[in-house]
Amino acid sequence: MDCYTANWNPLGDSAFYRKYELYSMDWDLKEELRDCLVAAAPYGGPLVSLLRKPWRKEKAASVTAVLEIYSASACLWPWKSGPVVSLGWSAEEELLCVQEDGGVLVYGLHGDFRRHFSMGNEVLQNRVLDARIFHTEFGSGVAILTGAHRFTLSANVSDLKLRRMPEVPGLQGAPTCWTALCQDRVAHILLAVGPDLYLLDQSACSAVTPFGLAPGVSSFLQMAVSFTYRHLALFTDTGYIWMGTASLKEKLCEFNCNIRAPRSRWCSRPRSKERAVVVAWERRLMVGVMRPRASSILGGLFVLDEDSYLVPELDGVRIFSRSTHEFLHEVPVASEEIFKIASMAPGALLLEAQKEYEKESQKADEYLREIQELGQLTQAVQQCIEAAGHEHRPDMQKSLLRAASFGKCFLDRFPPDSFVRMCQDLRVLNAIRDYHIGIPLTYSQYKQLTIQVLLDRLVLRRLYPLAIQICEYLRLPEVQGVSRILAHGPVQQKDVSDEDVARAINQKLGDTPGVSYSDIAARAYGCGRTELAIKLLEYEPRSGEQVPLLLKMKRSKLALSKAIESGDTDLGDVHGVAFVPTGAPWFCKHQELETLKDLYNQDDNHQELGSFHIRASYAAEERIEGRVAALQTAADAFYKAKNEFAAKATEDQMRLLRLQRRLEDELGGRFLDLSLHDTVTTLILGGHNKRAEQLARDFRIPDKRLWWLKLTALADLEDWEELEKFSKSKKSPIGYLPFVEICMKQHNKYEAKKYASRVGPEQKVKALLLVGDVAQAADVAIEHRNEAELSLVLSHCTGATDGATADKIQRARAQAQKK
Amino acid sequence: MAFPHRLDAPELPDFSMLKRLARDQLIYLLEQQHEVDKLYKVENKPAVSSSEQLCFLVRPRIKNMRYVASLVNADKLAGRTRKYKVIFSPQKFHACEMVLEEEGVYGDVSCDEWAFSLLPLDVDLLSMELPEFFRDYFLEGDQRWINTVAQALHLLSTLYGPFPNCYGIGRCAKMSYELWRTLEEEEDGETKGRRPEIGHIFLLDRDVDFVTALCSQVVYEGLVDDTFRIKCGSVDFGPEVTSSDRSLKVLLNAEDKVFNEIRNEHFSNVFGFLSQKARNLQAQYDRRRGMDIKQMKNFVSQELKGLKQEHRLLSVHIGACESIMKKKTKQDFQELIKTEHALLEGFNIRESTSYIEEHIDRQVSPIESLRLMCLLSITENGLIPKDYRSLKTQYLQSYGPEHLLTFSNLRRAGLLTEQAPGDTLTAMESKVSKLVTDKAAGKITDAFSSLAKRSNFRAISKKLNLIPRVDGEYDLKVPRDMAYVFSGAYVPLSCRVIEQVLERRSWQGLDEVLRLLNCSELAFTDMTKEDKASSESLRLILVVFLGGCTFSEISALRFLGREKGYRFIFLTTAVTNSARLMEAMSEVKA
Repeated sequence: MDCYTANWNPLGDSAFYRKYELYSMDWDLKEELRDCLVAAAPYGGPLVSLLRKPWRKEKAASVTAVLEIYSASACLWPWKSGPVVSLGWSAEEELLCVQEDGGVLVYGLHGDFRRHFSMGNEVLQNRVLDARIFHTEFGSGVAILTGAHRFTLSANVSDLKLRRMPEVPGLQGAPTCWTALCQDRVAHILLAVGPDLYLLDQSACSAVTPFGLAPGVSSFLQMAVSFTYRHLALFTDTGYIWMGTASLKEKLCEFNCNIRAPRSRWCSRPRSKERAVVVAWERRLMVGVMRPRASSILGGLFVLDEDSYLVPELDGVRIFSRSTHEFLHEVPVASEEIFKIASMAPGALLLEAQKEYEKESQKADEYLREIQELGQLTQAVQQCIEAAGHEHRPDMQKSLLRAASFGKCFLDRFPPDSFVRMCQDLRVLNAIRDYHIGIPLTYSQYKQLTIQVLLDRLVLRRLYPLAIQICEYLRLPEVQGVSRILAHGPVQQKDVSDEDVARAINQKLGDTPGVSYSDIAARAYGCGRTELAIKLLEYEPRSGEQVPLLLKMKRSKLALSKAIESGDTDLGDVHGVAFVPTGAPWFCKHQELETLKDLYNQDDNHQELGSFHIRASYAAEERIEGRVAALQTAADAFYKAKNEFAAKATEDQMRLLRLQRRLEDELGGRFLDLSLHDTVTTLILGGHNKRAEQLARDFRIPDKRLWWLKLTALADLEDWEELEKFSKSKKSPIGYLPFVEICMKQHNKYEAKKYASRVGPEQKVKALLLVGDVAQAADVAIEHRNEAELSLVLSHCTGATDGATADKIQRARAQAQKK
Repeated sequence: MAFPHRLDAPELPDFSMLKRLARDQLIYLLEQQHEVDKLYKVENKPAVSSSEQLCFLVRPRIKNMRYVASLVNADKLAGRTRKYKVIFSPQKFHACEMVLEEEGVYGDVSCDEWAFSLLPLDVDLLSMELPEFFRDYFLEGDQRWINTVAQALHLLSTLYGPFPNCYGIGRCAKMSYELWRTLEEEEDGETKGRRPEIGHIFLLDRDVDFVTALCSQVVYEGLVDDTFRIKCGSVDFGPEVTSSDRSLKVLLNAEDKVFNEIRNEHFSNVFGFLSQKARNLQAQYDRRRGMDIKQMKNFVSQELKGLKQEHRLLSVHIGACESIMKKKTKQDFQELIKTEHALLEGFNIRESTSYIEEHIDRQVSPIESLRLMCLLSITENGLIPKDYRSLKTQYLQSYGPEHLLTFSNLRRAGLLTEQAPGDTLTAMESKVSKLVTDKAAGKITDAFSSLAKRSNFRAISKKLNLIPRVDGEYDLKVPRDMAYVFSGAYVPLSCRVIEQVLERRSWQGLDEVLRLLNCSELAFTDMTKEDKASSESLRLILVVFLGGCTFSEISALRFLGREKGYRFIFLTTAVTNSARLMEAMSEVKA
């Protein structure tokens, strides 16, 4: 253990600081670091350096500045735009380059140009003196100091709103130092002019004095704000450091160090009571820790081999130089408890126990017993798990986790999820800390960042395979994980033709489950690539998903055809597209009659227009006149449609309607809406024979129908006398069998028999059977020598009564066969 | 008497899974999601419930929406406030929401969907219970239900594995199939690697074969449907059947042992079978005469209940038979069947036409008359212009002028058309084709033929041998082919097509038939080469009828299955018959 804590530096009695190497830097920096403009993104983000030299020399045309972005993948390309004042990374890991003329160029991780914006016209003349990029809750902000010593800032670069800060009274030269603060969701500027401090906000400029500042300060040289904007450190020319809250109203501590610090950064541990500021000068690094009660400060010194650059992180400071990249942070409590020399913390004991156990020594039992006696086993396991998270070296992580799992065996009910989750998280962290990936996240940063953001960052770095593996390893739901990654990536490729991109995307994605092409298309559309979006939509199998986006892109024609293709006419309805061929009539037929009519009118569809009016004559009109009028329109339409039959039929109907109306008026009773047949029947039943005849003539009712009609009506009336008269009026066009049938239906055998004799020979047998005269039927059948008739009669012979007849038929049959 | 299946016939897939799924979904939906505690049937009358929330489970129909809106508005007038929820099954249509919006209640009602589309009516019959499908698609050309069909097929393939062999005919079949395929692609991975349980699927549009659906049914189940109307697998037998003053609701499926044995029988056999059965039953009852106490105890505890049950069923079916006999054995029915057969065979057309005319003149039944007219039209490639006019005139005189719209519907659906004066069309064709290239000319010819929408029934019938040549009497007791479902006079076209395709495992060699059906472009085969399917599953065939199927067709295919060792499963948008088809086409006064 001794060697493990070798890089621990005690600061005060209770805290240790340690610095360990993350990577040895592989960058091929030609100049000294101090000659470069450097920016690094927080959360293990990429580094960028811009060689500043060329501007110092006088327009040496041959040497162009080079912008270099480093991480695992380094790329560099010549800088073509104007002089750069400041560099910085936004929260989305976009590189912001603030130029001297106030233009801000935004680049992607791979040096691909995204967009640019300007910090206002005023800047154009006055140039930019200095600029800061800072992070707020909304995103990333830019603050600039112009040549006229005015500040302009924008709190969010993706939603650009420029705020011009008020003038600082009596400001002649550039402020000695300044920084952007973000408090209560508002961005301020804190600046120092010599010994005076000013706080600039939207409306006013107020002079402020740090609480409890030691007298004799002639100038503030440096100020550093903590990661959370909660704390502030001021550094004066006398080597005095004041540390306090960002509101300047409370002093935490102060101390003298008699050095001139070129850079200082906050370094603090979340939830830790102690705060520290890291001050670097020349090649030395000092950590100033403040202790809450005693307002004294202790300084720890680290010696650096080279010029370094400090990057504040959530829980520490990243230090990188030409050759190394290190991380300095306060040793977390759990680690401290376990690894502190001669620690008796349960975690430490457990680790020891496990080691002894591996050595197969009985001491393991002793240690374990000791923990158990104190009842601290659960705590011990938790400590080991937590400490593992804060370890950078996989072997240490492993030994701690092994200890934790060893301790777990002796616990009854220890929830396993914290252990499992830690193992998973560490695997992910180790993977991304890999030299080739180069994202040195600590456990606390990772938790703060969340896995989703991490995945997005991996995607930005085009590390798709790793991102996918992480998703699969963590078993993230596909929609959140894999598919999102797949959907993201390819749209960012810009310089290829739409067709190719779409095809490439399709080839890459194939039919991966959960990938929604419409989502990708929506992204492409978001990037302003409408044509690509349309191409991508072609791959979307669900037409339902295509339509909304197409409509959004104002391609309603295409949307319409897609909706029709989908066969889901409902889609069209939903999005209010006018459907002529399919959906609309269905809907209109039920709901919007007028629209339907217009639709037909438009198409010159007279046939349907006619039908429409007929329907209207039933539905809408109560009065007979209205109905007739509607029918007239219908008839006209039918003529136009060259459907004379329908036109005539409609005209007949009008005639019938009028007539029925007259009948109702004259005779009373109900006639309206009866069919012609029923009208005549009603008349006969009502005894209006004359009128019935008249009607039949007017409407040219065929004879056959009239006979059927009369026959039925008279039989219903049981007016046998009239029926007989009628039957003799002329030769029946329907034969006389129906007469027999109808009489039998009314159970009038007597009448039936009258007609049976008049039935023609072909149907005679049937008629006789109907009236029940089996014997005579048999005779006729035999006479006809008709096999079918014979069997028909035979089938009617029932029981004993017809026995004789049956015999007779059998004999006749036998005879017929003999012949 | 019911023919047993061959011993090697495959097992039917288990539909109880579907039932369970539907039940659980419904319970979850109603109890958990919507906290329903009491169920009522939606009828067009005011709701009596006094509860604080009303939940409607409805089909997405405009009519239902009006009803809901009227209830809400009535409550509003009365100053009541309640919560209203509408659950659409199988899916919500935007038009429905628009109705609610128009009626000014959209804000008061919350909507939900229940994607339930497959109702297992029997061990081999799934129905989507969408009778409106027929009119919506085949008349109005509305394709909104295709999505529902595709969803249903997708559900089936997730439950019973992928279908290795797919065949289909008809525009709707093609569209449904394609939509279903895209659905599968969207969510693939689920069905992949599963062993297929059902080896073949056959999709068929109703308009490929209207003829079969228009014929009078004479197998028992079809006849019961024609006479009493089977609704959702159950039938209401009125007092004339039950010979009491109450009507009786009877479930008709394979669980009814008596029914199961006679359902596929030609009606002429049914009576004989029933009386035989009755005698057997009596004999079984009689056995108890000679029993000692112990035997008697056994008899009572084990057999009596079954016998009683059988007894009850038997009496119901005998009652139904009598009632059918009363209606059908009259001379009219014989004549009717005779005319139908004549139409199918294509002789004595004149006589048949005058029979139909008489039928109309006597006002026998508007639906029946219409059916005969359609049958005449389809078998004859449309009516000759003179008959077309005169029959229509007669019909309008008999049954009312509003049927002018019905005729326009029938014409649009291709059910009742006028014979295109062939010469004029061909003359036009040749004239036009002179003006354009050959390729375009072919297209024009196609266009013309689709314009005329000829049925070509006669040629198809000859090609597929639909009218069996029989020497002597067709023995209905021992059927030889599927024609038995129509007294041996006609093999159902749809079933014959299915048989032919299954035999060939493709549409190969059926080009001429397809051309005659006007479906050259609309038939498809899709076979996967993988032979993961067991030989057992390859003899299991799912037939999907888009637009409805009749019990006769089901019986015919069941027969075919028994002959060839297949088992057929049926999925239909609804069980239909001639009357339902005609009613769907009729315009009735509002």
